[in-house]
Amino acid sequence: MAGRGGGTTLPGKLLWKLDPAAIDALATRLPQGSVAVSATNGKTTTTAMVAEILRPHVRVAHNDSGANLVSGVASALLEARDAQLGLFEVDEGALPEVSRRVRPKALLLCNLFRDQLDRYGELELVAGRWRAAVAALPHAQLVVNGDDPQVGALARPGGRVFGLDDPRVARSALQHAADSKYCLRCGTPYEYAAAYVGHLGDYRCPNCGHARPPLDVTARDIELRGLDGAAFTLVAAEGEARVELRLPGLYNVYNALGAASLAVALGIGLDDVRDGLARFSAAFGRFERIPIGDRRVLMLLIKNPAGANEAIRTLVEGAASRVAVIALNDGIADGRDVSWIWDVDFEPLLDGLDRLVASGSRAAELALRFAYGGFDRDRIEVVPALDAALDRGLELTPAGGELTVLPTYTAMLALRRTLAARGHVTNYWERAA
Amino acid sequence: MRIRVGHLYPEYLNIYADRGNIAVLSARARVRGHELDVQAIGMGDAVPTVDLFYVGGGQDREQELVAHDLAAKSGPLREAVEAGAAFLAVCGGYQLLGRSYRDVAGVDLPGVGLLPLHTVAGERRMIGDVLLDCAWAGETLAGFENHAGRTILDEGAEPLGRVVSGFGNDGESGFEGCRYKRVYGTYLHGPLLPRNPWFADRLLEEALAHAGVEARLEPLPDELEREAHAVSSARARSRGGRF
Repeated sequence: MAGRGGGTTLPGKLLWKLDPAAIDALATRLPQGSVAVSATNGKTTTTAMVAEILRPHVRVAHNDSGANLVSGVASALLEARDAQLGLFEVDEGALPEVSRRVRPKALLLCNLFRDQLDRYGELELVAGRWRAAVAALPHAQLVVNGDDPQVGALARPGGRVFGLDDPRVARSALQHAADSKYCLRCGTPYEYAAAYVGHLGDYRCPNCGHARPPLDVTARDIELRGLDGAAFTLVAAEGEARVELRLPGLYNVYNALGAASLAVALGIGLDDVRDGLARFSAAFGRFERIPIGDRRVLMLLIKNPAGANEAIRTLVEGAASRVAVIALNDGIADGRDVSWIWDVDFEPLLDGLDRLVASGSRAAELALRFAYGGFDRDRIEVVPALDAALDRGLELTPAGGELTVLPTYTAMLALRRTLAARGHVTNYWERAA
Repeated sequence: MRIRVGHLYPEYLNIYADRGNIAVLSARARVRGHELDVQAIGMGDAVPTVDLFYVGGGQDREQELVAHDLAAKSGPLREAVEAGAAFLAVCGGYQLLGRSYRDVAGVDLPGVGLLPLHTVAGERRMIGDVLLDCAWAGETLAGFENHAGRTILDEGAEPLGRVVSGFGNDGESGFEGCRYKRVYGTYLHGPLLPRNPWFADRLLEEALAHAGVEARLEPLPDELEREAHAVSSARARSRGGRF
């Protein structure tokens, strides 16, 4: 999947096939051990943020190309022979096996949303695997998002629980796609003092009292600046720091807060955490602004309802463009089941659009989503070929304007390859490590 | 005409984009001059008089939460169906319309008993694109399935369609779904109706008939719908699930 072009996982795949135990041996050679980061949404960005914070302090082996299965971890271990610490982004389904092999000393667990049910199975199943994975690592430090009921329930002594503490930025109601709405213990719907992103928030069960655990690390005084960034005050036992982010949206505040909590747990000072987060721009394809002649492309990856809703919320609050290319592929890495597009609240975005280009291998399906969502069929163009859709979108964008591009995972990789071939961006495997 | 729709447990059973099915019914009714009046039927609610019932799919946990409540509504639901109300049940909702559902842990959940079938969860999930031949309507249905339950129809029960590609009810019988009077149960989501507009129109016609209007709905251009159906069918033919 991510390997095409970069070939990033081939050595790791070979190693995993030939001698899986060699991965364990490579991991034990890291003088400072390993840490792992997992989540449904934001794991690539969060892990990249941790890498940026740690960069001045320690040499890391980091699977930064998004190859986050066991083979990707193996490749990162093979490539960074002089690394002191392993920093691994781990696919939520692969967490048990990666944990068993690299035995991380700390785990950052951020969120669980419904995602690619055809690939991962139901949410409860993934949550169960995470419970087993952390139980098998009794000495690992757990850094968990207390705002997610399933993830917060993993908290244990010696670790850290993080969460948002600023009801001003909360949503008025749970979104349609909210997942863990029912009390883990008794099944009663939770009541939210504040719902931030999907089902993440300050919850309490009115029946049995199960509630968000006490927070050790919080984000207060959150400031969202449309598409231009965000800021928040990081509050931990060690003190406070005002964090400035170049990435927009509340979901990136969560990513930054998770990264900060792990860094603090690893002994990094708050000022260094703040500086690292301020330096961070974006993980590839997650939020990129790419100049193309006298126009600009704004690309945001969409891959599941919760993530897409946050991308849309950020776009709408940032006064997004009037033209958008939205691309839906149905490869294994995208999810073969495309029903999730119906759970995304596209409508606020559609309200501000003049024209929409539907693209990807399931372009017609996507066009139907918008048509039945109330968007005029005459203003939808169906252009399955990604290159042609990008060109058409740019053509529809006025000079000096910006084109919004929302691709699923393999569509994002393909579009970035096109942009790289045209000299607008560099491929991720060409970046300085 | 006002078409009354009762959406059962939308808060619980909504995992495979069930609101897409409702959106399609609503839009296709509107262009023909009818208005869909959708009301939610939740836990402990009485069953109102409606022309069309809808129940979607949920994860095991949510299914468990609603099963007993749904079974308790069995009487009025059966009466409504015998009186000609239409009913579409997808995935988890389909399973619960049978007599019983035994989950992976071996726990039996009661069903409504509206459809002549029972379901037992198996070890391997049946996941993939599906194409059905619905000879009774002279049409096909394209969708996506994802279920651990093996649904076994009683002798003589009518399936919704014959499996052209995919697993269907149990991966063996070659049957998918079940129909009885105006009740349709199926594992196909995707959601089902956007790319199978004939089926949406049939449900609307049957709902209208229950409301006292016997009429054929005039066809719509449906260009996007046909294209989506073609892509989805091709997917099922090339990669539909089989054991």
